[in-house]
Amino acid sequence: MANHNRTYDIVIVGSGAGGGTVAQELSPLCRRGMRIAVLEKGPRLRDEEFTGRELEMAGALYEDGGGFLTADGAMTIAFGCAYGGSTVVYTGTSMLPPERVIDKWSVPGLTHADLDCRARKFMTENNAHFVEDGLINENNKLFVEGCRKLNYDVQQFPVNIKGCRGSSLCNLGCPNQAKQGTDRVQLPRAERNGVEVVTRCQVLTVGEKTLAVRVAAKPAGAKGDASPWEPGDYQIDAKIIVLCAGAVNTPALLLRSGMGRSLPRLGYGFTSHPAFIIVGEHTRPITNFVGHPKSYYLDLAESDHFVLETCMYFPFITAKSLAGFGAPHSAFMRAFPRLQMILVLACDEADGHNRIAIDKAGRPVVHYRFQAKAVVGLMCGAFTAAEILFAAGAARVHMPVARNTTIEAADAARLPEIAAAAEFQPGKTPVSAAHPQGGCGMGSGPTDSVTDSYGRVHGLPWLFVADASLFPNSLEINPYVTIMALADRVAQRIREEVPALL
Amino acid sequence: MPLDPESAIFRAVVSTIVPEAAALDGQGWHDLHRVIEALLRERPESLKRQLRIFLAAIQWLPVIRYGRPFTRLRPDARARVLAHLQNDRIQKVRVGFWGLRTIVLAGYYGRPQAAQAIGYAASPRGWDACGARAPACRVETRLDTSGFHGEP
Repeated sequence: MANHNRTYDIVIVGSGAGGGTVAQELSPLCRRGMRIAVLEKGPRLRDEEFTGRELEMAGALYEDGGGFLTADGAMTIAFGCAYGGSTVVYTGTSMLPPERVIDKWSVPGLTHADLDCRARKFMTENNAHFVEDGLINENNKLFVEGCRKLNYDVQQFPVNIKGCRGSSLCNLGCPNQAKQGTDRVQLPRAERNGVEVVTRCQVLTVGEKTLAVRVAAKPAGAKGDASPWEPGDYQIDAKIIVLCAGAVNTPALLLRSGMGRSLPRLGYGFTSHPAFIIVGEHTRPITNFVGHPKSYYLDLAESDHFVLETCMYFPFITAKSLAGFGAPHSAFMRAFPRLQMILVLACDEADGHNRIAIDKAGRPVVHYRFQAKAVVGLMCGAFTAAEILFAAGAARVHMPVARNTTIEAADAARLPEIAAAAEFQPGKTPVSAAHPQGGCGMGSGPTDSVTDSYGRVHGLPWLFVADASLFPNSLEINPYVTIMALADRVAQRIREEVPALL
Repeated sequence: MPLDPESAIFRAVVSTIVPEAAALDGQGWHDLHRVIEALLRERPESLKRQLRIFLAAIQWLPVIRYGRPFTRLRPDARARVLAHLQNDRIQKVRVGFWGLRTIVLAGYYGRPQAAQAIGYAASPRGWDACGARAPACRVETRLDTSGFHGEP
């Protein structure tokens, strides 16, 4: 039972790439007297609270501390839960929407040219650029060297940083406020224009132009400010509601609001980028935990269903990502200053099984089964990464899918033979997914989708979605710029229809 | 408490997964346990119950094959028992071991002392914290970045 009531013209649920963008793009309406609020489940941290300490920051910034599990427990999915959403914990890699993927989506009314134009606007706004050569660490340079020796078309990531000191701690929230996520760019601008942001505020259900929400008290000793609202249950009336809680939480919110009956595709079409790391050990220390961690990539998504990206993780995540245990595992951990890391991201496809559901308590449940295509992508990606590591001079490589997880350089020529005997085993092979997508896919009507190409939920003119759940299939690259471009479309449609909707 | 830090089975499992843990002193075990406890605090009671059951199974399953419980096995036999669980043909068993292993690794490598011991020294000051290593940090690169067609 709500003990507080609030009324707004527009309520935005979530403050990540989607919510932050919608908030900024609608914020000029505040000057016309409209009341807009952003409701964010996570906390808002002060600058000095970004310490870079692994478990402390993971607990403060990620859903379930970064350990959100699929229903069968075989994969974790990492996504942010804070003011700024996942833009607080990404590496700032800024990729334009790929034309072949957007064309393949075949969403009526959605063109690549339109998305590309909007995406470029946010690339500029967020200062996306190439890291200057002198600041690139050896972990990245060795990747380039290995790729070039093997004639792979390695490419540099544009990243949205400003004043980067090279802490390498991007995935724990930048301690130097260098990443230009929505927490640094779009949300502050929206707030300056009059948008209200309410943190520690979880939306329980959405009804006809109304939301039931719960504001949590700040736990003792937790990071972040207390919510600007008093803890308790609220009923919020809003003429327009925009859901941007991400590909796991937006479908779950609609499902627990009882919308599954009228929207049979709700929750379906969930995809992600299942990923693991391949680690090479060099004979000398290299610069790895200093410098921007993710500067280069090799995109073989179209031909081989995987993308390789440079990366550098922290002690626990690295330990968790290496397969096995005991002496061989410890040997790689003890070699940390000599480690080169490559992230293998597989591309899966929306199918009839993988979906978001809810449990009896209304919490999200991700039913996820590794598709053959994604497994092939992971396996091919793993051995391609091993080739690159050896070409870059690694003395040995940790291969999570090989029978013997340590491969010495002397055995590099045997990689095809080792690959033939390799085995991917869910529950044994340490896989974590990034970039959850889908669940509220765009399309032409309720039989094939949840929303139209402007994110409007079919049959509910006052309800919009503006996050990665809109993707009707995998984007196959790092998604935040595409999410912003889609959110920009949604905001434009709302601005155009404000007179009719309010 | 799902995983009693004082119990022999807990310490035997941790030391098999991370051999260096065998050298931890009382404070080290205390710190390791505090990390695990914090990690599990917000987790559902069912998960903690599953962990307790899994740990008990690890202790007593070896009786069938080796005639003695896990804690009375030699280190190589302990490793074989855990490897068997890790490679089990039943996915739920593999997932159970993966979960236990993850918590153990968090407890061990989540401690600042472990990070220091493996030479991990990332700093919010980044390149400025390189100190003596700074010249090596700033090796020139010959990369050609002209290929990015999407540059704003």
